[in-house]
Amino acid sequence: MDKRIRVLVAKPGLDGHDRGAKVVARALRDAGFEVVYTGLRQTPEQIAEAAMQEDVNVVAMSILSGAHPHLFPKVVDLVRGKGMKDCLIIGGGVIPESDIPALKAAGIAEVFTPGTPTGKIVEFIKANVK
Amino acid sequence: MSNEKIQAELEKYEANVAKALAKFPERKNIPEQRLYTPLDIQGDDYADEISFPGVYPYTRGVQPTMYRGRFWTMRMYAGFSTAEESNKRYRYLIESGATGLSCAFDLPTQIGYDSDDPISEGEVGKVGVAIDSLADMEVLFDKIDLGKVSTSMTINAPASVLLAMYIAVGEKQGVPADQLKGTIQNDILKEYAARGTYIFPPRPSMRLITNIFAYCSKNVPKWNTISISGYHIREAGSTAAQEIAFTIADGIAYCEAAIKAGLDVDSFAGRLSFFWNAHNNVLEEVAKFRASRRIWAKVMKERFHAQKAKSMMLRFHTQTAGSMLTAQQPNNNIVRVALQTAAAVMGGTQSLHTNSRDEALALPTAEAVMIALRTQQIVAYESGLADVIDPLAGSYYVEAMTDRIEKEAMEYIQKIDDMGGAVDAIEKGYIQKEIQDSAYKWQMDVESGAKTIVGVNKFQIEEEPPKGLLRVDASVGEKQKAKLHEMKAKRDNAAVQKTLADLKAACADENENLMPYILNAVRTYATLGEICGVMRQVFGEYEAHVSL
Repeated sequence: MDKRIRVLVAKPGLDGHDRGAKVVARALRDAGFEVVYTGLRQTPEQIAEAAMQEDVNVVAMSILSGAHPHLFPKVVDLVRGKGMKDCLIIGGGVIPESDIPALKAAGIAEVFTPGTPTGKIVEFIKANVK
Repeated sequence: MSNEKIQAELEKYEANVAKALAKFPERKNIPEQRLYTPLDIQGDDYADEISFPGVYPYTRGVQPTMYRGRFWTMRMYAGFSTAEESNKRYRYLIESGATGLSCAFDLPTQIGYDSDDPISEGEVGKVGVAIDSLADMEVLFDKIDLGKVSTSMTINAPASVLLAMYIAVGEKQGVPADQLKGTIQNDILKEYAARGTYIFPPRPSMRLITNIFAYCSKNVPKWNTISISGYHIREAGSTAAQEIAFTIADGIAYCEAAIKAGLDVDSFAGRLSFFWNAHNNVLEEVAKFRASRRIWAKVMKERFHAQKAKSMMLRFHTQTAGSMLTAQQPNNNIVRVALQTAAAVMGGTQSLHTNSRDEALALPTAEAVMIALRTQQIVAYESGLADVIDPLAGSYYVEAMTDRIEKEAMEYIQKIDDMGGAVDAIEKGYIQKEIQDSAYKWQMDVESGAKTIVGVNKFQIEEEPPKGLLRVDASVGEKQKAKLHEMKAKRDNAAVQKTLADLKAACADENENLMPYILNAVRTYATLGEICGVMRQVFGEYEAHVSL
């Protein structure tokens, strides 16, 4: 591929636990992607705006507070609303299995739960990015 | 045996080892040297470095009898949904034998927003209880006698407001402020470095903290005014030595700020407390707890010239490591927590929260919390670990590691001093970067197999998704909003506006102590969001700069 895959790693909501987001961001960078990390406390609007500004292929979100049913679908809608139809949107964090089908139905391509090796996220992105 | 004799015997032993290794190679990736002997601790002077429990430098513990008099406080961190729900959980814990309360607040509360603020959407009541005003706080402590219980509150940026609410609930119950016992976390520096629930920039934040020190030393003398926390630094990925180094550096910064504000070190230092993580490596953790006491004692005596013994004692709360819980085979977490509990107890903690087995998946159920509390009770009553003080003292390994962690931590503290102190080191991103590097190394070690996590990268099984997890009712946000609007319609809004205007004027005058103004506002049922809003207007907000 000529163009490197561009990823926005984002922390929607108010939770300050970004160990996972930072570890994933670094692992994606080490895998050869271009990575932008938003920092904490981003609203869905800010994330969608950043995704567009940075012209990313992937938005990877992390939430550990339990606010994912509310915030993940909102980000999907806003990103799609900006015309980014092909942008791959994935999520991770402390997310119960039973929430995952609804998140996928809302357009989250995959959900990565605690204990996932970073290599699995890299592979998923490579296999699914458009 | 003389050192020469030991050295000679050690050489014979090493020759045997060489032979054994030729036949039986050792496991890879063992971080420690093979064996410790008296040679590893020959520099230690018993009186100067180890000494006795309750005696400087407190390596062996802060009290002369430790758990032979009274066990540590079994304090379970809890809170979710509404004040009504959390009040029920607190009363359940007290009935089950918990000896102190520990309040978890939801994220809007921790960041100073009301439940009806648009930014709070989706977060209300999720990771803790939602508190908008004194009205919620009254419900939270309904039928709990504040004169009897000690309460720890995990609250930082708006700690002054929640403490004021607690004082006001005490007033309503007829318990005077000087009888209240508890702790506010109130440690903003680790929020910038690791935990993320900051509001204001460092300078006004440090002012709020010193205002609390000064106010409580006169009015709430039994209150621990800060819990200087390494817990979250460790959770964010630091090593054991980094945990205590960065935290003690933060402690130094608080002392310097308070002294600069005109306080005498002995007027506040005795109410400083610490908060450590109990991680997986049992003996390393014990050494860490011991090293932290020795470092703090020396810092307070030699650097700040404290006179009172109490000022030199590092008293600490411990929580078992949340980040070490696995979502896979969650029952295994019960065993991890038991070992971490053993470490905390052998390390001489003053209070302990034990995590529940299901916390890598969700907030804990009441049943899971019961097992976690029972774990503490089994260690206390059945294991014998609480019968003898500092039982690992004199172990060649533990003493050598205590020395090593102290040395490593002091090197970090020196480096931070050279940068101008903890505030500068955080503003430069140095502490954050060190933590991130350790977190990344940990993850890579797990992924390469250099580190084994049972059930995660070894001994995996096919599992059914876990059942019976606690769910916070999705309607809690709406309920909380309705309660807030009802309360606002009933209160004396002119009185609210007057106290908020007074607070705003006081914020602008650096010589004012803000606590009395905040307390006045709280008493009129001004909301947390309104009070923090006024402070935001004057102080501005902190903007983090992240580098990966």
